[in-house]
Amino acid sequence: MWAFIKKEFLYIFRDYRTMLILFGMPLAQIMLFGFAITNDINNAHIAILDHSKDVVTREITRKLLSSHYFILDSYLKSDKQIKPAFRKGEIKEVVVFEKDFAKKMTTEGKAHVQLILDASNPNTANILNSYTKGIIDTYLFHNLLEEGKIPIRVDVQSTMLYNQQLKSVFMFVPGIITVILMLVSAMMTSITIVREKELGTMEALLVSPIKPGIIIIGKVIPYVVLSFINLIIILLLSQFVFGMPIRGSVPLLLGESLLFLIMSLSLGILISTVSKTQQQAMMLSMFGLLLPTILLSGFIFPIENMPVVLQILSDIMPGKWFIIIIKNIMLKGIGITYFWKETLIILGMTVVFVGMSIKRFSVRLEE
Amino acid sequence: MSVTINIKNLVKTFEKAEALKDISLNIQPNELFGFIGPDGAGKTTLFRILTSLILADSGTVHINQWDVVNNYKEIRKITGYMPGRFSLYMDLTVQENLEFYAKLFGTTIKENYDLIKDVYEQIAPFKNRRAGALSGGMKQKLALSCALIHKPRLLVLDEPTTGVDAVSRKEFWELLKKMQKKDITILVSTPYMDEAALCDRVALMQSGKLLSLNTPQHIIDDFEGNLFAVKTENMYTLLNNLAAFEKKTQAYRFGENIHLVSHAGTQKTKENITAYLSGKGYREITVKQIKPVIEDCFLALMNNTNAS
Repeated sequence: MWAFIKKEFLYIFRDYRTMLILFGMPLAQIMLFGFAITNDINNAHIAILDHSKDVVTREITRKLLSSHYFILDSYLKSDKQIKPAFRKGEIKEVVVFEKDFAKKMTTEGKAHVQLILDASNPNTANILNSYTKGIIDTYLFHNLLEEGKIPIRVDVQSTMLYNQQLKSVFMFVPGIITVILMLVSAMMTSITIVREKELGTMEALLVSPIKPGIIIIGKVIPYVVLSFINLIIILLLSQFVFGMPIRGSVPLLLGESLLFLIMSLSLGILISTVSKTQQQAMMLSMFGLLLPTILLSGFIFPIENMPVVLQILSDIMPGKWFIIIIKNIMLKGIGITYFWKETLIILGMTVVFVGMSIKRFSVRLEE
Repeated sequence: MSVTINIKNLVKTFEKAEALKDISLNIQPNELFGFIGPDGAGKTTLFRILTSLILADSGTVHINQWDVVNNYKEIRKITGYMPGRFSLYMDLTVQENLEFYAKLFGTTIKENYDLIKDVYEQIAPFKNRRAGALSGGMKQKLALSCALIHKPRLLVLDEPTTGVDAVSRKEFWELLKKMQKKDITILVSTPYMDEAALCDRVALMQSGKLLSLNTPQHIIDDFEGNLFAVKTENMYTLLNNLAAFEKKTQAYRFGENIHLVSHAGTQKTKENITAYLSGKGYREITVKQIKPVIEDCFLALMNNTNAS
C-alpha cells in the first residue's frame, strides 16, 4: 500500500498541470470571491435633484456624499432629466427633494424625499435604498435633538450578528471550502482512477494479487492529504487576508472537514466506476457535483427563496449541510451539540457512497 | 513447477459480436505457445479470460488445478500479464515503474533480479528516464520486466510486438526464448504471421474460431496444394487475371509477388500459368514454386472455412 501512495505522490508531483489545479485553483478562487465578486457596495454613482436647495437638503446631500457609499454623478435640474440620466447607465440612484423642504419640515412637521433606483440589479437597489434611508433618518434624528425637541418615533435598531460589517467574504469562504474540497477530492480521485483504466495499467493492477480495497485506499490517501493541505491554506488565507474569524474549535472544524473529504472521495470513486474516460469523469464531477453544489447548497443563493422542488433537491446536496456546519463553527463559534444532525447526514451519505463504490468496484474488468 | 492450461468449450459473446466460439485447447508446461490471428480474432478476449479479468459465457478454464472463476486469487499470484496497451506509468521513471510492480506483488527487484536480468540490462542505461520518453521497443521490454518481476509461472503477453520495430521484435523474441528456459509457460498473441515460426506450437485464430492448432512445422506440412509466386512487369492487373485462372484455388498479393495456390496433384501448373499469362499479353513472367509460410497456411485455412 505504501508503494501505491508513493507512486501516486510521485505521479501528482511530476504532472505540473495536476499540481496547478490542486493548489492554484483554491488560491485563485478565494482571491476572486474575496476581492472581485462581492456584494458589498462602495462608490455607487448617484444624481441629486434638489427642488428646494435649502440648508437642510444641502446638509443631507453632504451627509450622503461623505459616506463612502455614494459618489455624486451630477445635479439634475428637472424631473425630465431623471429618465435620460438612468438611461446613460452610469447612475444607480436619484435622490429627489421636494420644493420648500426645510420650510415644510418646520411648518408641517414632515417633508418628502423621493428615492428612484435602478432595480435592474434588485440586490444592489435594495441595499442602496436602505443605506440612503438610514443616512437621512440619522440626520433628521440628530437635527431634531439639536433643536431641543424630543422626536417621537419608533427607532428600529438592527444588529447584524456574526458579521457586523456584512462582509460577503464571510459568506463565500465556507462555500469555497466546500466547493474546493468537493472538487479536488471527487474530481481528482475519479480522474486518477479512470486514468489507470484508460492507460491499461488497471488491467495490470487487477491481475496482481493485491486487493481492490487496497488499490482504492492507496489511490485515495494522497488526495486526502493534499485536500487537507488545501483546506489549511484556505483557512489561513481567509483569516489573514480577509479577516475571517474562526470563532469555534479548530479541531472540530478540521474533523468535520475530514468527514466531508471522505464523503467526496467516495463520491469520486463512485464516479470513476461509472465512467470510462477521463473526460467523462471530469464532466460528471463538474456538472454532477460542482454546479449543483454552487447553485443549490446555499453558497450563493439562499435556499429559503427557492421553489419547493429545488429546496428538496438541495437537501441531497452534501455541500448544503457542510456549509451549515462550517458557518456554525467559524462564525457562530458553537459546538457540535448544535449541528449533530447535519454531521449525521454527512456521515450517512459517506456510508452510502462508500458502500456503493465498493460494490461497484469490481475485481474484474468491466465490459 | 510451470503450469498446464486446460480450456474447454469456451464461449464469449459481447453485445454486438461473438468474440469466442467454442474454443478448446490444452497448453503443456513450459511451452511457448502462440496465438496468431488478425485484429478481432478474439486473442485479447481469450487472454483476459485466462487471466481472470473477464468472465466467459460458458466453458471452463483450468490453470493447473485452479478454475479461473473460483480460484482467481491463486491464479493472479502466479500470472505475469502484459496487456496489449502499454501498462506503464508514463510519468514514472523506468526504475520507479519496476519498483512499483515489485512492491505490488510483495517482492523486491533484488530478489528476482536474475530472472529479469537479461531484459533489464538492455533498458538499464535509461533507468532514470520517464517511461513515456522511451521508444516502443524499450517500453515493451520494461513492461516485460514488470510482468516478470514477481517470478510468475505463467506469462501472458498480449501482442507484445505490435508497433515495435523489426530489430526490437527480434530481440524481444530472443528474450522470450530465454525466459522459457527458466521454467515459465508463455502465451503470446501476435498479428504477425512471421513470428509464429518462433513458437513451440501455435493456434491460428480467426473470428473467434481456431483454424488450426499445431507446431509451426506441422502447419506448413499440412498445407494442401502447390504454391507459386508469380511476378510480371505489369503487376497492376495481374491479380484480377490470376483470380480468373481456372486451375487455382486461391490467388492473393504477397509482398511484391502474387501467390497462387493450385490443387495438389495437378501437373505442369507452372507451365500452364506461364502460358495463360503470355496469352493475356504479359511479359517478363516469372513463376516459381515455393514453400508456404505460416501466412500462406493461414490464408488457405481462412479460405476453406469461408468456403464451407
